[in-house]
Amino acid sequence: MSGPALRIEGLHKSFGMLEVLKGIDLEVAEHEVVCLIGSSGSGKSTLLRCINLLEPIDAGRIVVEGDEITAHGVDVNRIRRRIGIVFQAFNLFPHMTVLANVTLGPRKVLGLDRAAADARAAELLDRFGLADKRLDYPDRLSGGQQQRVAIVRALAMQPDLLLLDEVTSALDPELVAEVLNVIRELATGGMTMIIATHEMGFARDIANRVCFLDAGRILEVGPPAEMFSAPREERTRQFLQRVIDAGRL
Amino acid sequence: MALGGPPDTGDLIGLAGRGGPRRSRRRVPPGEALRSTLIALVSSVVVLGALAAVITSSPNWPAVQQAFFNGPIFESSLPKVIEAFGSNIILFTVAEILTLVLGLVLAVLRGLPGPVFFPLRLIATIYVDFFRAVPGLLVISILGFGIPALDLPGVPNDVFFWGIVALTLVYSAYASEVYRAGIESVHWSQEAAARSLGLNRLQALRYVIVPQAVRRVIPPLLNDFIGLQKDTVLVSTLGVVEIFREASIIKAAKFNFTPLIAVALVFVVITIPLARFTDWLVSRDRGRQAGGAGR
Repeated sequence: MSGPALRIEGLHKSFGMLEVLKGIDLEVAEHEVVCLIGSSGSGKSTLLRCINLLEPIDAGRIVVEGDEITAHGVDVNRIRRRIGIVFQAFNLFPHMTVLANVTLGPRKVLGLDRAAADARAAELLDRFGLADKRLDYPDRLSGGQQQRVAIVRALAMQPDLLLLDEVTSALDPELVAEVLNVIRELATGGMTMIIATHEMGFARDIANRVCFLDAGRILEVGPPAEMFSAPREERTRQFLQRVIDAGRL
Repeated sequence: MALGGPPDTGDLIGLAGRGGPRRSRRRVPPGEALRSTLIALVSSVVVLGALAAVITSSPNWPAVQQAFFNGPIFESSLPKVIEAFGSNIILFTVAEILTLVLGLVLAVLRGLPGPVFFPLRLIATIYVDFFRAVPGLLVISILGFGIPALDLPGVPNDVFFWGIVALTLVYSAYASEVYRAGIESVHWSQEAAARSLGLNRLQALRYVIVPQAVRRVIPPLLNDFIGLQKDTVLVSTLGVVEIFREASIIKAAKFNFTPLIAVALVFVVITIPLARFTDWLVSRDRGRQAGGAGR
């Protein structure tokens, strides 16, 4: 595949009078892991939701593997198959077992039969240590397990691009590691990912590039080593200082 | 729900209210529970006893008793009204099944987004507004007398049929509002999760939103069904022989109101278990949500 996995050009998004994204430009190469950092309200989640077309954008273009997904008349359901998203609050379907959560998309969207979808799900659940939870309902699982199921649910669609929206923010501290390990494994496997996160240590380890978002703009982009040790922008420095003061880096 | 008291888990009677906060997690010590139950029992006996004493001591009580609480007439009329109740059972069972389906369809139609679906939304909205506004008795009379009078070929002119149709029309309007509240109560993040997998809007509704909504609205729907069951007596106005009509026939023949008391008793006996079942569902769901399944 030539060209970037994802290209965003001049993306603007407002909620009523409030402009949340004020012109975002970003390219993500295939197999690249990009972390979005920045304070709450800087637009990280909104950016991810726009890429998944969960939020209509006001201006700009989003191109996935050469196809403009923000063009008029594109089938958003076809696009979303290729872009997985995992949410902060897991958003598992509470009335379905783990297995049903994972197989819903493959069966109803990709048209797999039950046996094929079950096999695919079983393989993924097994790989992420959830084989014995197959027939449990989400409310029987810990937060970390629920989030891993949510990741598996997104992976079962075999997306080209995976978006992770602060996936550890709702977890108890001792459950964060198990989820981060899953993401590390995905990165090793070459999954293209955009990760909005408050886990700076994790971002430093896993990211090929880190984007610092501030008030709806990407203020600074760079390899994690540079960003965390020698940020160019004053705002980035201030943000990282606050993170360090809070003991998160 | 029906009695407004706090239904406690395991308390299928639901009457021995403990006066505590709703679903307090505090365990009531056994001694205290016994004491509360005793107080509730004694005060009930005192209040009901006093009421009975006042009524039976009224000067006209013997005449009223003869007219309304006549033992032999009660005994002879009860089997007849119970037999006639079979018609009501068919009326409400069929109407309830149709109401469940039609109400859901209306609720989904009203929730369709975008300008394309405006006509469907409009039709569904007018339907719901109309059938909630018009008294059920009028709908039953207009359909039951009007349509058979048209004598259209291929259209049934059985009043029993039109009774079921009328009940369904009225109650599906109510049920659609209940469903709609249920659908709206499912958090938007559930739809976001479903759509993010590539499901289209109808698939998201069918597999993710409606199944959760239906679970939540079963108690209020059962509540509406209690109303529907009682309203089956209105179909008697079409000449259908059902429980109320049967009782009225006996009443006219014997010049005595006791058969109506028998009818009241039949409705009480079939409704109370349903009401308690509804309470039980509500308290169970509340327990589940407290357990953290509400995401």
